[in-house]
Amino acid sequence: MAAEEGEVRLIGAWPSPFVLRPRVALNLKWVEYEFLQEKFGEKSELLLRSNPVYKKIPVLLHHDKPVCESMIIVEYVDGAWANSGHAILPADTYERALHRFWAFYIDDKWFPSMFGIAKAETEEAKAESAEQAWAGLKLLEEAFEKLSKGKAFFGGDTIGYVDIALGSYLGWAKVIERMTGLKLFDEEKTPLLAVWAGRFCAHEAVKEVMPETEKLME
Amino acid sequence: MKAVVLLDFWASPFGQRCRIALAEKGVDYEYREENVLGDKSPLLLQSNPVHKKIPVLIHDGKPVCESLIIVQYIDEAWPDRAPLLPADPYSRAQARFWADFVDVKFNECGSRLWKLKGEAQAAAKEEFIGILKLLEGELGDKKYFGGDAFGFVDVALAPFVSWFYSYETCAGFSIEEAAPKVAAWGKRCMERESVANALSHPDKIYEIVGVLKKKFGVE
Repeated sequence: MAAEEGEVRLIGAWPSPFVLRPRVALNLKWVEYEFLQEKFGEKSELLLRSNPVYKKIPVLLHHDKPVCESMIIVEYVDGAWANSGHAILPADTYERALHRFWAFYIDDKWFPSMFGIAKAETEEAKAESAEQAWAGLKLLEEAFEKLSKGKAFFGGDTIGYVDIALGSYLGWAKVIERMTGLKLFDEEKTPLLAVWAGRFCAHEAVKEVMPETEKLME
Repeated sequence: MKAVVLLDFWASPFGQRCRIALAEKGVDYEYREENVLGDKSPLLLQSNPVHKKIPVLIHDGKPVCESLIIVQYIDEAWPDRAPLLPADPYSRAQARFWADFVDVKFNECGSRLWKLKGEAQAAAKEEFIGILKLLEGELGDKKYFGGDAFGFVDVALAPFVSWFYSYETCAGFSIEEAAPKVAAWGKRCMERESVANALSHPDKIYEIVGVLKKKFGVE
């Protein structure tokens, strides 16, 4: 769906998992947009003006009106382009609540444990964070079983809200795996998620925008 | 067990959000008090195994957790009256942004006002006043954050009105001075039956803060 000149712009940076989320959402909806790459270490006038509260990326500008916070942007894209592509959030009210719950869990609890592995200054701290991250993934494995109902994604046949929330971290997860030798998405510990991870990264809406592990490592 | 059950704790502002939303929608429900400072009931542990926390809304046996997620669920499950979220996607995004702001900034900083002392508390106070001014700006001259109608952001923030007294007393400042429109909004919210019935008296909250301070070893 071709956008008019300047109609949809996304302020972001290619390495950020949070920026990846609206990019996947826009791709799922076939929305053309202009990607405004922020310069590393500097915040643009436009960013500061568009997100005065947090001064952070991503920010979606739709007809120059800003939407901030990655998962809020995803939900906005789902609503604003409801007639395009597939629904990102499920139609059922209860299932929507479950998707929102797990997306929140991923950011609120799981991401800090994954990030904890990278930040850890001792082997002990690293091991502790890894245990927490694996425990979290076990919960997410169960959630995947329930939500996917045997299909490819948390969203069923198509990428959904929780897929985007968790999948956006896969680039960085791979970097952490390389750096530490730990396997996060382990076939033995969480077989369904291990397969899902590959499937998500290979998806049309994702593969062009998922940052390459090599580039992230630099 | 009724069709709608709320597992809650009387003083919890997160539980109060759910009570306000249910009242606005006129939904009949069973309120179950959980002793959060003691043993958790089997029903709570079963309904929220991940976090083991209140509030939990159980609708026809299916649990919904996390207060803002519960409020959105209530809005969507009973769509025919008192809409809490606006109809258009952009306004909905703005409402979600500010409700999230209440959790991430307002409540987080607010808790530091009574958890900390000395310089750290003074710094938290400055930060909190900044947060109040942002809310003041967002509210503007509207009756509610939702506009003319009481909405999602109002539900998110209203329970903290009974915490104003504790914030002011612990950190030594006036919310009325820092953010007069927000203070007036707080009084307007208290005039709504749904809010007045749900909120605890500010003195009771101050007592709870005292209990929490002891628990966290602040004095």
